[in-house]
Amino acid sequence: MSERHAYTDYHPRWLRSRPSTYWWLERRAYLSFITRELSSIFIAWFVVYLLLLVRAVSLGDSNYQAFLAWSRHPVVMTLNVVTAFFVLFHAVTWFNLAPKAMVVHLGHKRLPASLISAANYGAWVVTTAFVLWLLLGG
Amino acid sequence: MHKRSAEPLLWLLFSAGGVASAVFVPVLVLLFGLAFPLGWLSPPSYEHMYNLVHHPLTRLVLFGVSVVSLIHAAHRFRFTLYDGLQIKHLNELIGLLCYGGALVLSIWAGYLLWTIG
Amino acid sequence: MADKITMQVTRYRPEEESGATVQEYEVPCPKDWVVLDGLNYIKDRLDGSLSYRWSCRMGVCGSCGMTVNGEPKLTCETFLSEYGAGPVRVEPLRNFPVIRDLVVEIGDFMRKLVAVKPWIIRDQEKPLIEGEYLQTPDELEEYRQFSMCINCMLCYSACPIYGLEPAFIGPAAIALAQRYNLDSRDQGNDERLEALSVHDGIWGCTFVGECTAVCPKHVDPAGAIQRYKLTAALEELKSFVLPRKAR
Repeated sequence: MSERHAYTDYHPRWLRSRPSTYWWLERRAYLSFITRELSSIFIAWFVVYLLLLVRAVSLGDSNYQAFLAWSRHPVVMTLNVVTAFFVLFHAVTWFNLAPKAMVVHLGHKRLPASLISAANYGAWVVTTAFVLWLLLGG
Repeated sequence: MHKRSAEPLLWLLFSAGGVASAVFVPVLVLLFGLAFPLGWLSPPSYEHMYNLVHHPLTRLVLFGVSVVSLIHAAHRFRFTLYDGLQIKHLNELIGLLCYGGALVLSIWAGYLLWTIG
Repeated sequence: MADKITMQVTRYRPEEESGATVQEYEVPCPKDWVVLDGLNYIKDRLDGSLSYRWSCRMGVCGSCGMTVNGEPKLTCETFLSEYGAGPVRVEPLRNFPVIRDLVVEIGDFMRKLVAVKPWIIRDQEKPLIEGEYLQTPDELEEYRQFSMCINCMLCYSACPIYGLEPAFIGPAAIALAQRYNLDSRDQGNDERLEALSVHDGIWGCTFVGECTAVCPKHVDPAGAIQRYKLTAALEELKSFVLPRKAR
């Protein structure tokens, strides 16, 4: 569906510009967006970290202790602090935006977006409490 | 005839991973990434961790969360590379590296969690 | 409050120059003047060669979209007084080829709009004798927001994905497709799926959300797109698991 544009006197050359490589710095909203997208790297890192923990536990007590010691290493600590920020950023932006995709109807009426958001946050709180109880309780 | 694309399925998995990682990962980062190493809380004993990790339900949930979170990350990162760096011509390579990476790590996760105990 | 403001207007005269230049004009700025009033003053009194589009001057036709101080705006709805002492920089709408001065080429959007079939599609038209299609207020509410689109294309200007990948179908086209998909009178969901559920269709959107932020009619195209992603993904899954004939 392309048009052949013959550049004559009555069809002069159009001015086209390419976006800059740093387009994501031009607006605060774009920067916020890219930050959210980069959280993906830290999610992947933490999954690997968790699997390394599971592996350590499966290999024995000394491995588990070694893992805990490694987790105290300044480089690992710094990485995990940064990870914490990005993971929280991901969670909050996700729960705030989820209602856009999930439109729920009760009969003919649409459930308000705030309710869907609240349900998501609720699930987060319940799961967090459950995991805390699993790991710290008993 | 509507040409089948992988995008819808990838998006569903991405969404599942987004929810799973948003719901499960923050508390885990808080504990195993900050609280335990910094000494705010004492880490669980080895026996506690052993019992927890060996429970089939734990392993199943961990596997599920890991796989969808990895696909979520791969999907998001793929678009970031594609749009952020404007390297469209490397589209196939980016896809391969991202989803391939997620696949490899998922297989490792599966192997790890299956062979425990 | 000064009674004059400087407007820095992008000029592009393809028969004379190969790139864009900026020309400055001093225009009066009474309290109730909008950017469009400034442009009209320039054209009427200062420089008749300035080219730009406008029509209704009240925010319903969608003709006067331009980039004002870096933001996509309807110039008929943007007050000069918002910019204090100025200057006010007026550029053509970003992400579109510029034909001349502030006039951009919108053929791409027009083609994409047609591609999503923005009209009521029926398997069988109701004969006239059976009367009109009835619709409850709740059914209207389902799609009303998306019907507010005035095709001003500020959303395309704000969308970084459209800027990076011009083949992307774009926010307004998807929102308008949803306006019909969600209309109780319409039966064209399957037909529109073909045009939308492709890589440069809805799957190109990464939910930046700027389209919704700049929309002057509060259409919320980002919301329309995300909602449709879920619908389309489930529809594709269904058709994969249950071949069309079985349904």
